[in-house]
Amino acid sequence: MKRSAFVSSLLAGALLLSACGKSESGSSSSGESDAKSDGGAVKAAWIYVGPTNDGGWTTAHDNGRKAVEKALGDKVETTFKENVPEGPEVAQVIEDLVKDGNKIIFATSFGFGDAMMAAAKKYPDVKFEHATGIPNDIENFSTYFGAGEQSLYLSGMAAGAETKKGVIGFVAPFPIPEVVRHINAYALGVQSVNPSAVVRVVWINNWFDPPKERQAAESLVAGGADVIASGGDSPAPGEAAKTLGVGWTGYDSDQSTNFPDVWLTAAVYDWGPYYTEHVQSVIDGDWKKQDYYGSIADGFTDIAPFGTRVTDDTKAKIEAKKDEIKSGDFDIFAGPIVDQAGAEKVAAGASLPFGDQMSIDWFVKGVEGDIPKS
Amino acid sequence: MTAIMVASELNNNLLVVVAASAIYYGTPLFFAGLGEVLTERSGVLNLGVEGMMLLGAVAASVTSARAPGPAWLVLILALLAAMFAAACGAAVHAFAVITLRVNQTVSGLALTILAGGAGLSSYLANLWELRDPVPHQFTKLDVFGLADLPVLGPVLFNQTLLTYLSWVLVVASSWYLFRTRAGLHLRAVGESPQTADAVGINVVRTRYVHTLAGGSLAGVGGACFSLSIVPTWQDGMTAGRGWIAIALVIFGFWRPDLTLVGAYLFGAFSSLSLTLQARKVEISPSILESMPYVVTILVLVVVSGGWAKRRLGAPAALGLPYEREDR
Repeated sequence: MKRSAFVSSLLAGALLLSACGKSESGSSSSGESDAKSDGGAVKAAWIYVGPTNDGGWTTAHDNGRKAVEKALGDKVETTFKENVPEGPEVAQVIEDLVKDGNKIIFATSFGFGDAMMAAAKKYPDVKFEHATGIPNDIENFSTYFGAGEQSLYLSGMAAGAETKKGVIGFVAPFPIPEVVRHINAYALGVQSVNPSAVVRVVWINNWFDPPKERQAAESLVAGGADVIASGGDSPAPGEAAKTLGVGWTGYDSDQSTNFPDVWLTAAVYDWGPYYTEHVQSVIDGDWKKQDYYGSIADGFTDIAPFGTRVTDDTKAKIEAKKDEIKSGDFDIFAGPIVDQAGAEKVAAGASLPFGDQMSIDWFVKGVEGDIPKS
Repeated sequence: MTAIMVASELNNNLLVVVAASAIYYGTPLFFAGLGEVLTERSGVLNLGVEGMMLLGAVAASVTSARAPGPAWLVLILALLAAMFAAACGAAVHAFAVITLRVNQTVSGLALTILAGGAGLSSYLANLWELRDPVPHQFTKLDVFGLADLPVLGPVLFNQTLLTYLSWVLVVASSWYLFRTRAGLHLRAVGESPQTADAVGINVVRTRYVHTLAGGSLAGVGGACFSLSIVPTWQDGMTAGRGWIAIALVIFGFWRPDLTLVGAYLFGAFSSLSLTLQARKVEISPSILESMPYVVTILVLVVVSGGWAKRRLGAPAALGLPYEREDR
């Protein structure tokens, strides 16, 4: 019996080690850092919540990091840590990165916020940037995110033009303001080309569950939808669309080559220019604190290439609308906007204030589904 | 014309849609659950199902993506690869708990973490650069051209080969467990290894064989995801189905036939919560999705009682290491 207790504690130890070791393993494949200081390259680091091959959120950020390397060459030395859990571990990861001489650290998940803020207060010489973070008054701390809703409006236009039955199924992750805002923008885009079409919402209550995402998409089609919209970035709903022969708008990743027959388009983010600019500002010594909310006009958000299903006429309409958004002539949340019950939420001539967009908890008219209250 | 319309109307009926979906999404749960039934019947608890499923999924995915040859051959190879990869994971667990007599819970959890979503399976996928849909997949078949038959068509005649394979397996494994000598030996080892050993049954070999067999089946369960349901590799794509499979074993009273019923019930409740939303029926999806777990807890209460325990309960030696000198 003693032996078994010993071995099991050994195993438990191995288990713990493996859990802790995960974030380290990522950095082994990081930037080709041959020498520490070859002419004073600035060190920049990224902390990712997922693996760099997730084909969505983390891949997009890592492409941004690679864009920095490409643009700034030997002026910069980049590192990344992947699969970092949103818990106490991240504080240690940040400590290590600071000790390693990184001058700017980007953390790309909401849950890294507390540790980032604590580190920012502790190390005033290092710049900390938090994607999707909450604005605060720490001097060396910035937040950044993008107006995905503009792109969702445009992909909604593609869906509105595609639907024959006038029902579009939306596979939605969680009932939080970000997702509600995106669904509303999408529905407004749908209605701009197809006023009577509705967007039907199914919540899967998960950020990542590919089988369930597909099952939800199939339920929606069986329930009468003939276009599917993804709120997460798994391509699983695309598989359902392919099998059932209906159109599909994705999110956060370009799947046009994998699903040429059903692909319409998707909202995508390009983090590269933002990262490049901010690393450059650290090199130049003129980095400034800000709370950045990128848009189509900045090239921060965009839509993915169109699929073959999208007609030239629709493409032209979408491109025209995109130009209007770019130039500032069109505001996707301009009134009049009424909610599901028909009550006016935004008057004609007014616009939904930014703060209200960030805390939105109601659906626009034409969205079918509830927002569960927690 | 009208007959066809009536048929398609019928086949779009809520119950038909849910039943067809329950079978498709319940199939991987059944494979993994049946594997765990065999493993637990030998007295070994393996909580590494989620990890083994992911190993199977990644092995099937790379085989489908890389292996040359006709589709049917590649798919057979992919299933074999999935079985082998998952069995390797099971072998680690078997060695730890049968030979070294380590705590079975700890070893199983370690296996899930090591092989799981952020572990070995994701490392291998990265190494093999798996990111596009696999070229060879198990798609839904139109068996005997009956897929459009009213009601029965979508449910029975429009499933993948994996589902039909699972139906063969449920019969074969029930027969094996309850009608063969080897099955009797297996159950004896799970109930009382001391007694089994005394009558000359090789306890260690029986446990190894069924832990590995259980692992292979978990691998096939994983392959259902990477070759059919989500035929693009994604880290952690099984998203917790391995844990449901473990609950299924209890739900199914350690019997293959009831495990199949349980797997379809899990699939049905998951489908129902989504399908009702898609049809604007307002019932809390959380309540529907928690139903199978409520039933599982009820079953646990039942099997812990006297009569049921004797008739239906868990193998008496489940989770206990066997040492000869303990006799």
